[in-house]
Amino acid sequence: MSTAVFDVIVIGAGSVGMPTAMHLAEKGLKVLCLDQFASPGQGSNKCAIGGIRATHSSPAKIKLCLDSLRTFGHWKEEHGWDIEWARGGYAFVAYRAHEERLLKNLLVVQKKAGLNIEWKDREEMLRVAPGLREEGLLGGTFSPEDGSASPMRSCLGFHRRAVGLGVEFRFNEKVTSIMRRKGKVVGVRTDKGGYATGCVVNAAGPWARAVAQAGGLDAPVVPDCHEAGISEAVAPFLDPMVVDIRPAPGSENFYFYQHKPGQVVFCITPNPPVVGSDRRETSAYLPMIARRMVDLMPKLGNLKVRRTWRGLYPMTPDGAPLVGRSASLEGYIDAIGMCGQGYMLGPGVGALVARLATDDLLEGDAAVLEELSPARVFGGAEALK
Amino acid sequence: MSDYRIKEHPILPIPAEPTLSFTWQGRELKARAGETISSALFSNGIRTFGHHPKDGAPMGIFCANGQCAQCSVIADGLPVKSCMVPVKEGMAVAPLDGKPVLPDVGSGDLAFRDIETLTVECLILGGGPAGLSAAVELGKAGVGVILVDDKADLGGKLVLQTHKFFGSIDACHAGTRGMDIGRKLEAQVRTFENVRVWANSNALAVFSDRKVGILREGHYVLVQPQVLLVATGAREKSLVFRGNTLPGVYGAGAFQTLVNRDMVKPSERLFVIGGGNVGLIAAYHALQAGIDVVGLCEALPECGGYKVHRDKLVRMGVPIHTSHTVISANGEGEVASVTIAQLDAAWRVVPGSEKTFACDTVLVAVGLEPVNEFYNKAKEFGLPVYSAGDAEEIAEASAAMFTGRIRGLEIAKALGRDTGEVPPEWHRTAAVLKSRPGATITEEIPEAEKGVFPVFHCSQEIPCNPCTSICPQGSIMIEGNDILGVPTFNEKDCIACEQCVAVCPGLAITLLDYRRGGDEVLVSIPYEFPGSTLKAGDTVTVLDTLGAILGNVKVDRVRSPKFADHAMLVKVRAPLDIAKRIAGIRVQQPWVSEPMAGNVERMADDEIVCRCERVTAGEVRSRIRAGVRDMNELKAATRAGMGACGGKTCPGLIRRIFHEEGVKDSEITGLTQRPIFMEVPLGAFAGVVTGEGPVQDVARAHAVGAFQGGL
Repeated sequence: MSTAVFDVIVIGAGSVGMPTAMHLAEKGLKVLCLDQFASPGQGSNKCAIGGIRATHSSPAKIKLCLDSLRTFGHWKEEHGWDIEWARGGYAFVAYRAHEERLLKNLLVVQKKAGLNIEWKDREEMLRVAPGLREEGLLGGTFSPEDGSASPMRSCLGFHRRAVGLGVEFRFNEKVTSIMRRKGKVVGVRTDKGGYATGCVVNAAGPWARAVAQAGGLDAPVVPDCHEAGISEAVAPFLDPMVVDIRPAPGSENFYFYQHKPGQVVFCITPNPPVVGSDRRETSAYLPMIARRMVDLMPKLGNLKVRRTWRGLYPMTPDGAPLVGRSASLEGYIDAIGMCGQGYMLGPGVGALVARLATDDLLEGDAAVLEELSPARVFGGAEALK
Repeated sequence: MSDYRIKEHPILPIPAEPTLSFTWQGRELKARAGETISSALFSNGIRTFGHHPKDGAPMGIFCANGQCAQCSVIADGLPVKSCMVPVKEGMAVAPLDGKPVLPDVGSGDLAFRDIETLTVECLILGGGPAGLSAAVELGKAGVGVILVDDKADLGGKLVLQTHKFFGSIDACHAGTRGMDIGRKLEAQVRTFENVRVWANSNALAVFSDRKVGILREGHYVLVQPQVLLVATGAREKSLVFRGNTLPGVYGAGAFQTLVNRDMVKPSERLFVIGGGNVGLIAAYHALQAGIDVVGLCEALPECGGYKVHRDKLVRMGVPIHTSHTVISANGEGEVASVTIAQLDAAWRVVPGSEKTFACDTVLVAVGLEPVNEFYNKAKEFGLPVYSAGDAEEIAEASAAMFTGRIRGLEIAKALGRDTGEVPPEWHRTAAVLKSRPGATITEEIPEAEKGVFPVFHCSQEIPCNPCTSICPQGSIMIEGNDILGVPTFNEKDCIACEQCVAVCPGLAITLLDYRRGGDEVLVSIPYEFPGSTLKAGDTVTVLDTLGAILGNVKVDRVRSPKFADHAMLVKVRAPLDIAKRIAGIRVQQPWVSEPMAGNVERMADDEIVCRCERVTAGEVRSRIRAGVRDMNELKAATRAGMGACGGKTCPGLIRRIFHEEGVKDSEITGLTQRPIFMEVPLGAFAGVVTGEGPVQDVARAHAVGAFQGGL
């Protein structure tokens, strides 16, 4: 084992690990960030479609994503690196009384949490998202302060800043064990070498369980797989992320938006879920989502598809993240189980983990950590995943 | 110049006059029925089709093959690839300036059909020489086949080859023009009921459930084969230099499509980069179409293509600049000149060696690489897969025909047909046809000075022997019957039939007739240019094999017998001292290829690596110097490889910059390939019923059932 000593080692240089490493370095810590892939964000970050919203139904996620939105929204001015942030909002559309009722019920919780979100009637919704199928449209919710940015460019932006703050990175390096002595973390061994540290952050996304097991622990994180796609670039025609929560044969909700460079990015939630880490492309995806998109917004029929891919959602039993210290291993912190929202949660989670690691918690952090505690008893699923 | 159509061609028939009307920016223009929008525009002298949204750079044609989106225009309100969409009567065409506007459509009652999955024993991707040859063998063996090709006419690149083929007559129709070989193969394939041909259809992806996504005449369908044969051919490599995306810089394949398929004259003065067979042949095709070829440059000290192709070009008056590289294509909005310079032994530009030539078009012909993404995906997903032709290994079309036959038999056998083993000599023939050009041999000039006999200006070992098969006297031999050898005349009686002169693909055989006596010899020379350019009594300049001028001689007679297949046999009266050395007639005057008085130095920093997203070599280089080794990270940071072509063009160029920066391959992580491999509208995947094409069951969109979600 080498003699290199770090204050913290972050495992994973993706949506969560990268901002975590950056925030830890901002606290003045000597940080090493390890990743099994060749460069920043090559695991699940590059598979994210880029939506960022605070309009959840869990108070902890709302708070973390509000933090994230502040980071994303000001990144370009503060750091001179364009992450293609656009404040386009989120539009959840309703075509049936059932969805209208669900969304309106949820609105009460969301407004109570201080979110900027309103019900839009049919005509207003057609102005929010022109081109929606008019037939049957009842309206929907719209949250104008949500938005989108490029996951890859964000990750590279955080990487640039992290490198500037002195974070060391090792890519193409896989963790084989987290070394412990007397119930405390003492180092990390990889397939290339070893590093001494008293603190490890697991930010390994869908690979979190294997990392936890490398420390003799476990984590109830099981990946399932979602397929996404992107179109050619066209002139701006759509501001918000459009979400249709109706189920259909083979799928639950689906959503799409036009990102700042003009391409439309789209994703669908398969039903039943495709559990496992298989990321190979399927023939079922494109016909399934294409039909739903064109039916919802007929003009999309002329939009050319450029590329598709599959990404992994690191799922937890109740659909909420696992963030916090381990009760059984001192110096081990989980920042895992983001359930497909690691990109939008990442900066908020990273800042929280940095405060946790330095015992510098702010007011309100305790409630978030309690809600997301890895030691919690898992109940039912969150209302709006 | 106002008319950009070919009016006269030695080999190809001139199509009907344009009768169709369409508009470009509101101006009414004429087009030939059935031609693509891009060819219609070129025919009218338009070659800037739009401007890039990033920097406003002018865009024009690049691949002419539906693979990139450089030629996109707005046709009747929709952005389309102009090289793939036929022009229609009354069509309103406009440049694509910036990003296209997605047009509004009514919210009318859309109908959708389910995307069907067909099963078949063997799916062949590509109806070129390899795919067609395989289909013939599979057809004979009774195997059920679907053959998919993206063009209306099968034959792949054979349909663009106006020259006679090398190889042997038995194995691969040597001595026949490529386009005619393509037609023969297609006709043969279409005789088999068990082979279904899907023309105008594109393969889009191979999926992990071992289905292949096909856009069949605009309709999406999945095909689940037991065996896949990938015969998708090759794509052209690109090159980084200043001005490399100016309209007027494009690939030799695109050029051949414009000239030999669509009979467009896209250039008056052409410069070719690359001395492989593709570049040499493209230059020859240009001359045949009446286009001046200003020159050809090749970075190596010798051309990589067949020497007969090179020699043929030089004899026609085209200078070949070996050990020269392109520095820049110059011009404001379109190509107006090209600057080249000499390279020293260490590949450095020799200062002061720059030369600029006026030209309107620069062809990039710097090699081919296999179209292997379908093969790789099928392998990854465990779908039994074979590849043939250029998709397997870059070689001549003659070799592709042969590997196609071999794969056909192998697949039939794998599918349980009793075809026996592949004859061992097939493998030998395939290997021979793939062989690179061999040693250059000093030309042997016969000593005889009487009677009639052929002279072979054939001085390189290449797989070619039609002259030995065609001679009715059986007097032309290759030592040891080795197809790679050089032919000799064994001094039996020559009957002066001139068939060897006509059949030689390299136009490298002349026939000398001393029987008239006196101080003149009649020399028969093959000539593949329009009949109007030469007649008896004319004086022509004759050259030796290497292009040295021998003198001016009188044309005695010109004839175009049927066996010459559109070529002309020109008899000249030559003095005794030069007769045997005459190998060709100059067709291009020396002043055409003179450099400009001063050099043009292009200052713009526009060495483009990724033409879809307009990423420069400078940007890529600076990232590499900052430590980037993963091409996916480079893509995330610069968008190189993120564009419409799907990362098909720039990875090789980026890898080259890595190498220039001293980064080894082992340090580089390659670009991840994801489907689909060609952009297709969402409506096709949705199964939107358009009222065109095959009748399908119509199903409404997702049936609205009970809500199952748990918000």
